[in-house]
Amino acid sequence: MSFSIKKEGGIVVVDVEGQLIVGNRQELKQKVLDELESGERKFLIDFSQTGYIDSSGLGVLVSLSKKIREQGGELRLANLNDDLKTLFELTKLDTLFQIADTRERALNSF
Amino acid sequence: MHVTANDGESDRLVRVVEVDIPSDVRFIENVVELVRHECEAMAFARRQLMLNVPVALAEALSNAILRGNGDDPAKQVHVRAEVDAARLVLEVGDEGQGFDLEQSLIDPTTPDNIDREDGRGLFLMRKLMDRVERVEVPSGNVVRMTLNRG
Repeated sequence: MSFSIKKEGGIVVVDVEGQLIVGNRQELKQKVLDELESGERKFLIDFSQTGYIDSSGLGVLVSLSKKIREQGGELRLANLNDDLKTLFELTKLDTLFQIADTRERALNSF
Repeated sequence: MHVTANDGESDRLVRVVEVDIPSDVRFIENVVELVRHECEAMAFARRQLMLNVPVALAEALSNAILRGNGDDPAKQVHVRAEVDAARLVLEVGDEGQGFDLEQSLIDPTTPDNIDREDGRGLFLMRKLMDRVERVEVPSGNVVRMTLNRG
């Protein structure tokens, strides 16, 4: 499980490879917060290579979304598979995040 | 420890996995994969293999490691998974005092709670498993979760 970060057209794009769970959530949080501190304001997390997400992983996404909004920025999500969509629906987090079907749509939505 | 056995009375195939891990969240993924593999061998539904089993078990392990055992690597977490053609029964035990599942009924989906960082663990276990219960044991704490095969 790992995270890769790149910038596409002024947007910080994070790919979550593997799981987003209690064991690695802090790594994701710190990487995004470092970018936020360095002045970045537009963030996209792409889950096309993600397995499962636990409550800690969901909690980090909620926390990051709040921190980014407080700095006048935006966090959007893309490429949730059907299982991850169900997870977001069960927790109603699909109402809290802007979620795009594809990375391209998400990038164009900023 | 990894055991596959036949139930002598009904001749049903039962697969049993028992494993002890130190209280370290880095072990969660491996235990999840072990149990998922057994469920896959019993032809559980894809959704159950990709969502219900991994997320509910990861939550139970996380609770046991961080809350039950206070993240103390000297303390052990015991996992027992019994899988047959009808259901998965998971037991996750720690060395803590346990907690009252019925008192832990916070709904993380309400407008007041939706943007909280925590409070979704037990909620997800209940949503993703058919039954979640606390088992009375002489010492420590055991949570049992049952998932009927889909």
